[in-house]
Amino acid sequence: MSVRVNKEKCIGCGKCTDVCPGNLFALSEGKALMCYPKDCWGCVSCVKECPVGAIEFFLGADVGGNGSVMTVKEEPGVLHWRIEKPDHTVTEINIDRRSSNRY
Amino acid sequence: MNKELEIKQLKTDVLVLGGGTAGCYAALTIARNSDINVLVVEKADIRRSGCLAAGVNALNAYITKGHVPQDYVDYATKDAAGIVRNDLLLTAAEEFNNVTHDLEQLGLVILKDENGEYVARGNRNIKINGENIKPILADAVKEQEQIEVLNHVNITELLVEGNRIYGAVGFSVREEIAYVIYAPKVLVATGGAAGLYRPNNPGFSRHKMWYPPFNTGAGFAMGIEKGAEMTTFEMRFIALRCKDTIAPTGTLAQGVGAKQINSKGDIYETKYGITTSERVYGTVCENVEGRGPCYLKTTDISEEQSEDLLKAYLNMAPSQTLKWIESGRLPHEQDVEIEGTEPYIVGGHTASGYWVDTNRQTTISGLYAAGDVAGGCPQKYVTGALAEGKIAALAILKTFSENESDNAKMKDEMDGVTADNIKYSSETEFSSDALPHSITAQAKQALSGYEHILGAEQSEYSVEDLEEAMQKVMDEYAGGIATNYRYNEKQLALAKEKIEQLILLSEKLKADSMHELLFAYELKERLVVCKSVIAHLMGRKETRWHSFNENLDYPEEDPAFYGYVNSRLEGRELKMIFRPLVTGERYEHSVC
Repeated sequence: MSVRVNKEKCIGCGKCTDVCPGNLFALSEGKALMCYPKDCWGCVSCVKECPVGAIEFFLGADVGGNGSVMTVKEEPGVLHWRIEKPDHTVTEINIDRRSSNRY
Repeated sequence: MNKELEIKQLKTDVLVLGGGTAGCYAALTIARNSDINVLVVEKADIRRSGCLAAGVNALNAYITKGHVPQDYVDYATKDAAGIVRNDLLLTAAEEFNNVTHDLEQLGLVILKDENGEYVARGNRNIKINGENIKPILADAVKEQEQIEVLNHVNITELLVEGNRIYGAVGFSVREEIAYVIYAPKVLVATGGAAGLYRPNNPGFSRHKMWYPPFNTGAGFAMGIEKGAEMTTFEMRFIALRCKDTIAPTGTLAQGVGAKQINSKGDIYETKYGITTSERVYGTVCENVEGRGPCYLKTTDISEEQSEDLLKAYLNMAPSQTLKWIESGRLPHEQDVEIEGTEPYIVGGHTASGYWVDTNRQTTISGLYAAGDVAGGCPQKYVTGALAEGKIAALAILKTFSENESDNAKMKDEMDGVTADNIKYSSETEFSSDALPHSITAQAKQALSGYEHILGAEQSEYSVEDLEEAMQKVMDEYAGGIATNYRYNEKQLALAKEKIEQLILLSEKLKADSMHELLFAYELKERLVVCKSVIAHLMGRKETRWHSFNENLDYPEEDPAFYGYVNSRLEGRELKMIFRPLVTGERYEHSVC
């Protein structure tokens, strides 16, 4: 379970380095770097905080990962979650911040 | 190599260690009710730190309609087989609803029915959208001018003299800066301890654990080292979780009513009892007896419920939603496999932590504890952490408003502290002459500890090597997953010997950066906590809670142990203290 940074998309703003509860990111040559992939808790704080969707969350093969990646885009009031499988099929789930868990 | 750290000396009225749920709410309470200055020191960023970084989708401690706080106390007492502090549970439970309403005012979304009433999940829980619960708290903290937040600073040492707190010492995890912070009142709210035992997924996903791997038991370790009394570390918490992702199961069990079934499809949960520890124990037994794997039966829920579960998990454990979608089968199409986690020490769920009085003051005068680091109050959860932060904050405020001579004297002493930043070398005089000599000596010792590790040329073993060794010892000899959480006294004696050996090795670590220095201290903290856990497991010569303390030499409950197993470091040895149950509504520390 970890995250990887898409260097093409990363703008080097450093928000992920601030917000990671494990202090696991650093900026290197103007881009975010996940320094300790095995130390990621999987909280996806960085994925939510990234303003350009450059951070992808994935499951390690040891916990059932099969090559899919998850990203999330934050808009006022809504979180747009996106899961892309290796065959490029996409599942999108939108969560209204004003709606509560029903269970 | 001689590493010179810049030293920043700070002083404040109230120092809060840890900007999680309890720490943020304590700071907020002080700022709203006084003009006292608060400094919150957090090793990450309060916006997303502590166990609520990913969010939470229910508040599990709420007094629902038709119930009173005492009902909650009775439930938690029964679940813990009596080993709780009545005064702590009651005072927390009396605040559950107040802090919940306050959080709603701050922006937390809570599910309501058509009459505007909160919708209960079972008898004690309400449903929320708590994905952003930490940003909500952090924003509220930032609005208060009296609160200063120091993010990315890790505290490793308390300054204590004559059983009184004077402040704490730590370092930046990013810059070569050490901090010596003086305060007449300190609240420790650093959370519990994960990563002591070998985790469920020891390989690439080693940090995919239930409790945050960044909560290393720092607050426990700092207190233990300075002689604070600790309680009930032997009541380890083992969570029953979704296999692999270690995602919560409450949303399935209580939310959609999924039952625990074995591989034959038989519902087994009622066979072993339904307390928190019995639910884990039952699953262990079914596996041991060849009827595993075990599941939560979700295949009889509707497709609509299934879709809702995808959303519910995104708000607290997104890996589970990813796993469902990645596998191509949603919860209504496959039952969810469950497993027990490795044991944690966490006062929000079980009763482990600092031995505190009703005001949450520890046995060190002026040092308070709240949230997962505070003991005696199991199942306090999120609202209990908020409640304890509030209770401690109000008690601290009272000492200021009464103009307690202690605070005044200490403030005078601190007036001599220069605010200049200085480069540290072992010759530097960096403190006020008015402070007790031993306080500056302790600060110096902590600083030279950092310098020593940063300056080391080489070390025989890396932090990672020793962490793996520690987790292996705890797993195999102190009742980890490998032994189905069971242990005997011979194994514990071996565990003690091996952990002590690792403590010696941990004195020879090296670090090439401030971040590696953080890793070194996290390991040291965990080792200190491990030693206490082993001593407590030895101290309770009975099996009070299946799995949580499953002592094979004493497999039954023993009425002689109907009380607290406590400990305090005296010299270099942990002294075990057995205390009778506290059943009244108030408890004060007796003066030694």
